Amino acid sequence: MSSSAIHYPPEHRRNFIGRLLAADTISGVKRQRMLLGYLFIAPTVIGLFVFVIGPMIGSFGLSFYKWNVFRPPEFVGLANFQRLAGDARVFLSFKTTFILVAMTVIMLEGLALALALSVYRLANRALSTFFRTAYFLPVLLSGAAVAITLGYLFNKDFGVINYYLGLLGIPKIPWLTSSDTVLFTISLTTVWRNLGFTFIIYLGGLSTMPGEILEAAEVDGAQGWQKLLRITLPLLSPTILFAAVTDIIKMLQFFDEPFIMTRGGPGDASRTVVMMMYESGFGNLDFGYGSAIALVLFAVIMIVTGIQFYLSRRWVFYG
Amino acid sequence: MATAVQNTAYKVNADVQRPRGWKGIKWTKWISLVFLTVMAIITLMPFVWVVSTSLRNSVQSFTVPPKWIPTDMDFSNYSRVFDEIPFWNQIGNSFIITLSVVVGQLVTASLAGYAFARLRFPGRNVLFTLVLATLMIPGQATIIPVFILISRGLHLNDTQWALIIPALATAFGTFLLRQYFKGIPDDYEEAALVEGANQWQIFTRIYLPLASPGMAILAVLTFNAKWNDYFSPLIFMNTKERFPITLGIVDLQGYMATGSISVVLAGIVLSTIPVIIIYILGQRYLVEGLMAGGLKG
Repeated sequence: MSSSAIHYPPEHRRNFIGRLLAADTISGVKRQRMLLGYLFIAPTVIGLFVFVIGPMIGSFGLSFYKWNVFRPPEFVGLANFQRLAGDARVFLSFKTTFILVAMTVIMLEGLALALALSVYRLANRALSTFFRTAYFLPVLLSGAAVAITLGYLFNKDFGVINYYLGLLGIPKIPWLTSSDTVLFTISLTTVWRNLGFTFIIYLGGLSTMPGEILEAAEVDGAQGWQKLLRITLPLLSPTILFAAVTDIIKMLQFFDEPFIMTRGGPGDASRTVVMMMYESGFGNLDFGYGSAIALVLFAVIMIVTGIQFYLSRRWVFYG
Repeated sequence: MATAVQNTAYKVNADVQRPRGWKGIKWTKWISLVFLTVMAIITLMPFVWVVSTSLRNSVQSFTVPPKWIPTDMDFSNYSRVFDEIPFWNQIGNSFIITLSVVVGQLVTASLAGYAFARLRFPGRNVLFTLVLATLMIPGQATIIPVFILISRGLHLNDTQWALIIPALATAFGTFLLRQYFKGIPDDYEEAALVEGANQWQIFTRIYLPLASPGMAILAVLTFNAKWNDYFSPLIFMNTKERFPITLGIVDLQGYMATGSISVVLAGIVLSTIPVIIIYILGQRYLVEGLMAGGLKG
């Protein structure tokens, strides 16, 4: 049995590792694949540990310290959070961010959905390709380029937008220079840049919707609005939830547009949470306080994600 | 494949939309066409304005009414961009940073995606859940410790490494490519084993080419995100010659706060050309990838 010459270990199996990983045995192949598995995931897992999970824990730790570059870190317990609770500017920045998120996401989801439904209905392929390309173009631009460009267009005295509104007899609107309008203007800017992205996601949701259900609804006499409200929107609800939550999380981390367009002004009227964190952490080099702000933002994002999980279990229709 | 699905969807829909004795349907069709056109105009106007104003005589660039069709053809605005900021340095930096991150992410994510999809090892599910969990952590929540690590730990502040190294591992890319590797049948591997291929060959010669659509999506999305990134360069970079171009154009505007808009807009046009080229090359993958992405919900 075992004396057969064929079963003598070949050259490469002489040493321990060679024997362990021999490709001509089933367990050897399994061990090869195991080892390869660990080697393959190593860069990603190590990278995420060092630059995401570690720093997340670090943020948590830092928020209990008073630390700037000049003095060694000093443990202060919950002092940063106490300061945060009484900091009117931080409170305002959260309020500003929530208003921006609400305005932007409502406009974004509404417009993107309307665009997707309209483009989806187009029978003309050339037209639908044209619209898809047009709406998607702003997505390619950087927040910086968009903020600069639309900042010029929204200029009160020399801006193109006020010029054309003036032709219609509308007085000059201080788009970016009044605390009443600045958030709406930044919101419009953000909608302009992100509309194509959300639109494409809705279009994707629509084009994978089962055609039979729509046809069956037609046969049953569902028309127009009824079909939209009773059939299309419920079928699309997973996509709507996904897009809305993705947009909410993205907008909660709002920075580029307000930072470049207004630097948070006039006054603090357009200062977002991330701008506050940036100023504390990198302007005043108060790493502990900056981390505390970042953690509160993280908690808000976790709550939004939690709500998403809850809603997707209870409300959303998965076909 | 996705296009095929889409085509039939269009056809089915075209049938559905045919008016059936109710004039109201035609009306809504016209209303939606008007709506689409108005939105397309709003979307495209700023592009036209940027290009035409970047070619206007810079003295009158900020006067209304705007000129939608460039008549001055003043290319001096473009040459002034090169005088005001170290444009070649900055666009070069953007290329170095963006391409390094794209290539790096393709390597790390295809390896990890393959391992999580097709190789069995103890702890695989726990580790994969951990990778997915990092998707929920916003970049801003970790930026201060990452800054401390990069600047004080590794002393890489104000170098391109500061923008490359933290971005090499990607949870999103790993997840995306894992989906692709999972969709490839096992039969290929068995056939390759019979032919005497080793595990590395099975990965590089068989599975990697089959996952290339997924890699294209990751590449295009990462290129777009990294090229346009403003926040991390703002934090890590101090020297103008080392800025990527996003910081460069904001810097250009700072210089010109009272001066010529045409020069700033010329800078924006120049800085956007590479992304437009990438979009044209990868359009199919980008749009399909995003459409598919919406389904993961």
